[in-house]
Amino acid sequence: MQREVSSAGEDPRPASLLQQALLVSVFIIASCGLAYELVTASLASYLLGDSVTQFSTIIGAYLFAMGVGSWLSRYVGGNLVQRFIQIELAVGVLGGFAAVGLYLAFAAQMGPFRILLYLAVLAVGILVGLEIPLVMRILKGQVAFRDLVSRVLAVDYLGALAVSLLFPLFLAPYLGLMRTGLLFGLLNAAVALWALKLFQTHLPKRHGLGWATTLSIALLLGGFAVAGKLSDMAERWLYADDIVYSESTPYQRLVITRWRDDLRLFINQNLQFSSKDEYRYHEALVHPGLASLPRAGRVLVLGGGDGLAVREILRYPQVNAVTLVDLDPAMTHLFSTAPFLTDLNGNALNDPKVHVVNDDAVRWLEDNPEVFDFVVVDFPDPSSYALGKLYSTAFYRLLTRHLAPGGRLVVQSTSPYYARRSFWTIAATLESVGLKTAPYHALVPSFGEWGYVLAGREAYRVPERYPEGLRFLTPAMTPDLFRFSADMDRVPAEPNRLNEQNLVRLFEQEWHGVTR
Amino acid sequence: MQRREFLALCGAAALAGCSKGAPPLPPGELGGMNFKAGHRLWSPGAESQSGIEETRQVGVLIVGGGIAGLSAAWRLERAAYRDFQVLELEDVAGGNSRSGANAISAYPLGAHYLPLPNPEARVVRAMLADFGVLQGDPNAANPAYDETYLCHAPQERLYRQGIWQEGLVPRLGVSRAELDEQGRFFQQMETFRQARGRDGRRYFALPLAHASRDTALDGLDRLSMHDWMRREGYGGEGLHWYVNYACRDDYGTDYRQVSAWAGIHYFACRMGHGQGADDVVLTAPEGNGWLVKRLMERLSGRVQTGQMALRLSQRPGKPVEVLTGQAAGGPGVRYLAEHVIWAAPLFLLPRVVEGLPDHLGNALAPLSHAPWIVANLSLSSLPGAGAGAPLSWDNVLYDSPGLGYVVATHQRIRRAPGPTVLTYYRPLSELDPRSARTRLLEASRDDWAQAILADLSRAHGHIREQVSRLDVFRHGHAMARPLVGLMRDGRRDTLSSAWGRVWLAHGDVSGLSLFEEASHWGVRGAEQILSQQGAPLHERLA
Repeated sequence: MQREVSSAGEDPRPASLLQQALLVSVFIIASCGLAYELVTASLASYLLGDSVTQFSTIIGAYLFAMGVGSWLSRYVGGNLVQRFIQIELAVGVLGGFAAVGLYLAFAAQMGPFRILLYLAVLAVGILVGLEIPLVMRILKGQVAFRDLVSRVLAVDYLGALAVSLLFPLFLAPYLGLMRTGLLFGLLNAAVALWALKLFQTHLPKRHGLGWATTLSIALLLGGFAVAGKLSDMAERWLYADDIVYSESTPYQRLVITRWRDDLRLFINQNLQFSSKDEYRYHEALVHPGLASLPRAGRVLVLGGGDGLAVREILRYPQVNAVTLVDLDPAMTHLFSTAPFLTDLNGNALNDPKVHVVNDDAVRWLEDNPEVFDFVVVDFPDPSSYALGKLYSTAFYRLLTRHLAPGGRLVVQSTSPYYARRSFWTIAATLESVGLKTAPYHALVPSFGEWGYVLAGREAYRVPERYPEGLRFLTPAMTPDLFRFSADMDRVPAEPNRLNEQNLVRLFEQEWHGVTR
Repeated sequence: MQRREFLALCGAAALAGCSKGAPPLPPGELGGMNFKAGHRLWSPGAESQSGIEETRQVGVLIVGGGIAGLSAAWRLERAAYRDFQVLELEDVAGGNSRSGANAISAYPLGAHYLPLPNPEARVVRAMLADFGVLQGDPNAANPAYDETYLCHAPQERLYRQGIWQEGLVPRLGVSRAELDEQGRFFQQMETFRQARGRDGRRYFALPLAHASRDTALDGLDRLSMHDWMRREGYGGEGLHWYVNYACRDDYGTDYRQVSAWAGIHYFACRMGHGQGADDVVLTAPEGNGWLVKRLMERLSGRVQTGQMALRLSQRPGKPVEVLTGQAAGGPGVRYLAEHVIWAAPLFLLPRVVEGLPDHLGNALAPLSHAPWIVANLSLSSLPGAGAGAPLSWDNVLYDSPGLGYVVATHQRIRRAPGPTVLTYYRPLSELDPRSARTRLLEASRDDWAQAILADLSRAHGHIREQVSRLDVFRHGHAMARPLVGLMRDGRRDTLSSAWGRVWLAHGDVSGLSLFEEASHWGVRGAEQILSQQGAPLHERLA
């Protein structure tokens, strides 16, 4: 066993001042210790989901690592104050940059994220576990043991309390996870700096420690300054490609990425289309229905503010009026002004036949008496109760009132492969309001096998010809779209009534299974 | 070591970090019952102060424009009998089912839902069929209902231990043994639901007029719901909270005072179903205000508001004389009515009737009424979702003095929900009714607003920043209290029998302030009068 050098005993200054200083350090150290744990657990919940699992495994691993640290502290000898300062600096830098590093690692997909995550948790936990035993040993010479234990542990728990209250109320919402981590890193470094000053006369290698402290603080301050940029960088990696546009509207977050000639639109992180294969999705959405209605002149599009469905609709010379109702003005403005997007949608939204309305689709339908020959319903999937109402019997009844005699509507209906029961629930819902349905599907590589349901008061017959210039559909293959393989074929389903909203529950179950 | 100083310092630092200073209260008004006019009834010689300038003769005079009075009028109108007049003390009719509206939405000022009616609730079913909400045969086992009025999913959730859970019965973080106990409780309620007396009728029918007269279960009326639960060995904290919640919600009264018979009735009476609709209620943005609006449409201006009956007297062989005054002051009217349907709260009778017979006076004496607060909060956007179950129509906070809130815009179909109105309910069940009414008169709008925002902030940390307006509505005598001993004492027979040419028709007759009861007694009064007059009834609903 090495000889312990506990230098405080020879200090000429009043012992109580040193004690107080060390106890304040304990308070800060304890705060920092808990802060790293909370930051890491929150980050893991944010990136991986399932917050109960993340919090419980990370807190468990962290506490275990602290135990390991406490046990290892018996092997730490020599100049205790010097060791303490070294450990503070190590905790500060490692703990401070843990969130930044982990986020960047996740975004860049460097190696197995979970392993990195728990390695970081263990490393920080071990270092934090070393701190308190060391402080107690430093103070040991001056305070009676039972006072020592009571004071140090009391302050330790107080520090934890302070952070556990500040973290959810102030730190996480206002500073963000990365900056919170770095802030506590700085606090650890500040404790090191303070200890350096207090014990300056008893430290043999003061200069080395001084340099290390300065460097750590500079690093952490630098990190603090560029945290915003780092987060942007990580977001760019997360989307894999260059972000060419991003905007947070009152309704949603729009992000457009480009990689070579592939443009992709994400709404709230969900892929809406890839320019590589969107023609498959939109041709399949519009033409089987519209081509079967040779006299259709008035067309309504609900959702679909990207104008891609409208581009397909404008292929029909007999269509003389297209009304597009999309909630978000930012979306329709973007897709009628940005050159790389108007190239994609053929400048459809600026066509004189097209009338763009920015309103809630249902409010507009409730307030408006117009009827249409063909209606395209291109809403987001029924992933919430608010969206589920747009796939309900009540909504389809409302929609039917806007359908001209002989008219037809088509509903984008999620994937009959990934969410088979959801898909057939949508068909059953349309049937329950007295419509005859024709469900079909098409393969869109970036989405997988995708489903649609055509519905009208009269039975549907597949069209014999399509407009010129289609890249996906041919009259010959169209009947195949209406045939379902065994793994997508019809299953019994209850209609989606507003008072049950069984579709929302089904959809969640089925897609949850897919993303697992 | 100055540990105390250190602690104090930490405390001060923590406080400095938190106290941004509470934001100022949102604007709003204190509204509700017309205390002044109501209390004029108490003063002796009230009718002489107003002065009577006119005498009017009328076939049927209906006193009270709440659900009972409007239902009576609806029944007369349905029989094409139009020689009637409804008098309502307040500025608007509707009683406990009144509603308000602002730029965001209509919202309830009182009752906010109607359970799907039982087959025996023929009045409610006929009414809903008349309004087109019940479609097809009103006597069908599972009628179809207009789904715009069926409460959309998710219907209700409970905030407990920091998490919102589906439904109102505490289930998350509850032990297996307690869950089993809850199962046993609901199983026992199901047995009560099916239980029939020797006359073949259900014990716990709704309306009560259809209940069995068998006295086998009358013992349940001799102890409180709380004591009954203890007696049956129910000890779970969550179940006790839930049952007390139900009693406060439907009766405005703590379950330590509610008769076990009434407490069980709450759980055992309802068996209404609809096509594709179980365990669901009928509601609208304005709560039950939509029913008042539909009733009023049928009554083509024969409802006079701001009119109070000050004196009522009847002599054999003569029309009933009713002297009225205007709530705002001003000359009254002397009505000579062939029949009167008294559809106002029954506790007013002794103050209005000269020489009220003892048997009625005695039957009324034990009656008391629970006061309520209903607050409407306008929010710039939906309240934050919080952990767990998503925002529902009815959102309840565990261990709250209030009963939670309903969301007025819940029935809208919208992609972006936008601003909303929350209606917060607070029975003053922790006080006896008299002190509670004193508190109601003394507490200011700001007092209530502080308390309500503090309560809701437990679940919605940022709600103060979202609320742009908070109106408080007071109900002084909202609900009859079904106390121990009042449910099976034969009082109902006394109160519902003919008293000369006057029929008492109010939820108070049953001692339960429920839509089903009020509408039953109102329609029954109307039908009795119609049949006495020899008018063709075509149907008997009550």
